[in-house]
Amino acid sequence: MTLLSVDDITVSYGRLTALRGVTLTIDEGEVLFVTGPNGAGKSTLLNAIAGVVLVGSGSIMIDGAKVTGNSPEDIARRGFSLVPEGRNVFGGLTIEENLKVGTGMRIDRKKIADDLESIYEEFPMLAERRHTPAGMLSGGQQQMLVIGRALMAAPRIMAIDEPSLGLAPKIIDQVYEILVRLRTQRKLTLLIVEQSSTRAMMTGGRMVLIRGGRIVLEGAATEMVKDDRLKHAYFGFGDH
Amino acid sequence: MREILQIVFDALSLGSLYALGALGIALIFGVMRLVNFAHGDFIAFCVFAMLWPSVDAAAIVFAGQLPFYLLIPLLLLIGAVLSILSEIVVFRRFRNTNPATMMIASFALGFVIRHLLLMLYSSRPKSITLWPSLGLPVELLGAHIPMLQVVTIIITLVVLTVLVLFLKRTRYGLEMRAAAENFTMARMLGVRANGVILLAFAISGMLAASIGLILATNSGTADISMGANVMLIAFIATVIGGLGSIPGAVAAGFLIGAASVVFQATLPHDARVFRDAFVYGAVIVVLLVRPQGLFAPKSAKQRV
Repeated sequence: MTLLSVDDITVSYGRLTALRGVTLTIDEGEVLFVTGPNGAGKSTLLNAIAGVVLVGSGSIMIDGAKVTGNSPEDIARRGFSLVPEGRNVFGGLTIEENLKVGTGMRIDRKKIADDLESIYEEFPMLAERRHTPAGMLSGGQQQMLVIGRALMAAPRIMAIDEPSLGLAPKIIDQVYEILVRLRTQRKLTLLIVEQSSTRAMMTGGRMVLIRGGRIVLEGAATEMVKDDRLKHAYFGFGDH
Repeated sequence: MREILQIVFDALSLGSLYALGALGIALIFGVMRLVNFAHGDFIAFCVFAMLWPSVDAAAIVFAGQLPFYLLIPLLLLIGAVLSILSEIVVFRRFRNTNPATMMIASFALGFVIRHLLLMLYSSRPKSITLWPSLGLPVELLGAHIPMLQVVTIIITLVVLTVLVLFLKRTRYGLEMRAAAENFTMARMLGVRANGVILLAFAISGMLAASIGLILATNSGTADISMGANVMLIAFIATVIGGLGSIPGAVAAGFLIGAASVVFQATLPHDARVFRDAFVYGAVIVVLLVRPQGLFAPKSAKQRV
């Protein structure tokens, strides 16, 4: 079943066009890996779906309902949870408070406490420091926190923008191990944006390549990573 | 000893007033980066709401006659409604403009409120007597402290405690703090922008009403420009407290109040008329040393 569909959307910042007619769909339980060089429009795509940037034309549907032009809070309440680039922890709030911000919209209030415990089991490091201000955490710990925070909102789709940004390779591995585990254990629908396409090997699923605001390649992630066409299409193919 | 106690109470009560004012400004700045210069006019409006509209010198007391347990909630309600209305009618339309535009809109709103009061009540200050018994001094360790000072300090402490509990212990408080740090991120977690902003305006309006009550009780007059001075100092307090920091605004409010009282008490007699110059001088020194304010919010130095 299609959970999210993006149909021919265009986004411009002033005279600069960031997305030109992008179309994609994500089925329930699927992983979609979006890759592409710097400035290709990957983050814009996520922000457009989240309702943070205005969509010029085209439409976005979540679970069959049109959400184009809706407010970010409405889109979040429909189950789209975005972990934006640069993580955006609330530095002055404690870890536990950070985790709780997204629970205000949940109807299943009784499950919140259980979910909090399961997040703490998933990320023991967060449990130890639950009353510490989140601004004190390292980059990797903040990345775990924002993933946990997004999960606490009980999303139907979780989108992550550049989870590896600014992290050491070892930490990136940990982040992806967690993502893979979330996918297998919780059947979470994932939309991952990453400049480097190699990590798609770990997550599997489908992959699209965006360049110059357009989707230029699409296919199964594991095959595309090996494909020469990807390198050609991408230019400056990075590996880390 | 007696004089020191007097100074301490003067400083605390004046600081309380500034802290309440700074809080009203900091709350709104926190959620929408608006410095609401109409806040001083909200204060005056709440005071005049206790009088029947008339241009006569002798004020016709209206709501001011009510017993305190009705008058206080009524004025808080008036403050909240006025503040909420200004958000819905004016500020909402400037939501995504730059802070300077919003600030100018707040100046304009302030003018409108002031001239509305001018039209209804004329520019003459009116006498208004609320709770004369609060003017009586109470004896404390040999010093005579006006009852009103004690009440002001207690009210401020109660307001601060309630607000801290609200911000720290309730869901809406949590959402407000999250929104103050990163509004877009809070919205992406389902926090309703309008809800948080309306709540901030409502609390800010209630703070304006409590300042109005204290000022009116203290001075015994209703004057159209009575909120301006508090507003100015409160704004300065939010700046030196670190824009966006709520505890910073409160602390800086108390600091300025204390500085003002201490200068008043210690400056040589001839220099006392220039007390405010000394206070602002101290503000300039603080800003030179710490341009980001004394208590810059943690979000300002987020790690990557």
